[in-house]
Amino acid sequence: MNEPEWLEMEDVTVAYNGRVAVCDITLRVLHGAQVAVVGPNGAGKSTLFKALVGLLPLQRGQVLIHGRPLGSQQDCVAYVPQREEVDWHFPVTVADVVLMGRYGRIGRLRRPGREDRAAVAQALYLLGLEDVANRPIGELSGGQQQRVFLARALAQEPHVLLMDEPFTGVDIVTQEIVLGLLGRLKEQGVTAMVSTHDLNLASSRFEYVLLLNRRLIGYGPPAQVFTPQAIREAFGEQVLFLDGAVIVDQCCPPGGGKWP
Amino acid sequence: MAVIEWLLQPLSYGFMQRGMAAALMVGVLCAVIGCYVVLRSMAFLGDALAHAVLPGVALAYLLRGNLLIGALVAAVAVALGIGLFSRRGTLREDTAIGILFSAALSLGVVLISLGQTYAVDLTHILFGNVLGVRMDDLWLTGGLGLVVLATVGLLYKEFLVVSFDPVLATTLRLPVERLRNLLLVLLALTIVVSLQTVGVGLAAAMLVTPGATAYLLTRRLFPMMVVAAGLGAFSAVAGLYLSFYLNVASGAAIVLVATALFLLAFFLAPRRGLLWNALSARWGRRGPENRCPPS
Repeated sequence: MNEPEWLEMEDVTVAYNGRVAVCDITLRVLHGAQVAVVGPNGAGKSTLFKALVGLLPLQRGQVLIHGRPLGSQQDCVAYVPQREEVDWHFPVTVADVVLMGRYGRIGRLRRPGREDRAAVAQALYLLGLEDVANRPIGELSGGQQQRVFLARALAQEPHVLLMDEPFTGVDIVTQEIVLGLLGRLKEQGVTAMVSTHDLNLASSRFEYVLLLNRRLIGYGPPAQVFTPQAIREAFGEQVLFLDGAVIVDQCCPPGGGKWP
Repeated sequence: MAVIEWLLQPLSYGFMQRGMAAALMVGVLCAVIGCYVVLRSMAFLGDALAHAVLPGVALAYLLRGNLLIGALVAAVAVALGIGLFSRRGTLREDTAIGILFSAALSLGVVLISLGQTYAVDLTHILFGNVLGVRMDDLWLTGGLGLVVLATVGLLYKEFLVVSFDPVLATTLRLPVERLRNLLLVLLALTIVVSLQTVGVGLAAAMLVTPGATAYLLTRRLFPMMVVAAGLGAFSAVAGLYLSFYLNVASGAAIVLVATALFLLAFFLAPRRGLLWNALSARWGRRGPENRCPPS
């Protein structure tokens, strides 16, 4: 079987605020693969995701999805940012927000149909949000709010799902829901890229890891990529090796002052 | 029967009929567009645009052209200029507004002083003259109003997502920049239409006040627009009756009615009103939602 690669990056270079944030990334993510994107703060994880979804322009290189350049297909890539910067007092309900994920499919000047409502109901169910579907988003807890945006990404029915730090600062319920969701998406053949600080989680729950520190340090199965040398290259002084255990000090990055 | 007579008597005058029709249309139109103004924190922009029409009006007056068309051109130009200066975060939007708004106002003052004699028409632009509405003004108001409302209706979901979450709008490949500019143009059209009724000075109030009241009373965008439109229409009609019977300026009377409704909602709105919260804290202890759940 010679399946086409679903996501291909060639020499991808992206600048953010006038500074090159990621450089010369070249890799191929196979159909339905689940990739943990690992790297220290400022490694360019968020920047890479934003470029993949078209929020930041590529300075050099290209991104191909199904062999076609980014932007030639609609709503192929869904993106769940680390923190939603929306007005939580905006008069919309949970169901309204999830329905927005369908807007790309519904098309201009059209109204949502039965299929769209079914996708919304399914996404709400999968994230345990049926009971709050008609509540204004401002009335939800932090974990619920985060799940609303995951539900929206699901309703988009993407081929590629990008999640930026979905495990940072969330409750255990949400973390388990997200992990369960990844398993489900895998069955459906959805390609997922998930950024995380957590080396442990990355190596135990993902078949592929992408080690990043402004350039590509390693890409492949965790056992191959997470060598002491590669980890030290990515994390520098923040990493400690104690009797075969790896400890990454994410609390105080050197020259820091930047809160994770 | 006295009430009916009280209500019907003003309408026996042609100028009151036309004024009522104009005020109703403007009340509804301003309130609907005003919902976006309230939700996107564009109140300052609305006020600025209203003042920025002055050079267009002055120029049209000097050239003996149609004042409304002059106002329209100026408002759209300033709206798009603000969009240009603040695009991609070069400048913060309120900074761009501050620069263009005062520049346009100054240009208007310079043009007016060049004209030397400026007659009553120009003060009507500043403070509105709803009782002087002519039939062709009414047609223009109705036509522009329909165009604006139809656009909002057709692009309802696009405007919703662009207002609520521009990041999602970009990833869905919506033309975010063009939608944002279109909304500015709709706002400019609305302001120009409302000049005849409430004037430059009070247009911002007609935009913001009914929308803010509706925001306190509703929890979704569409009901918010419907309630705002109702409040705008009621303010327009009630304000005109007050103006007729108390012999006060009509634009100001309309704005004061809208403000009174806002104050009522601010204190009494369920859940969000100040007085409501104070009272429900005192009386509500017996209500099931204020009791601790059984352990």
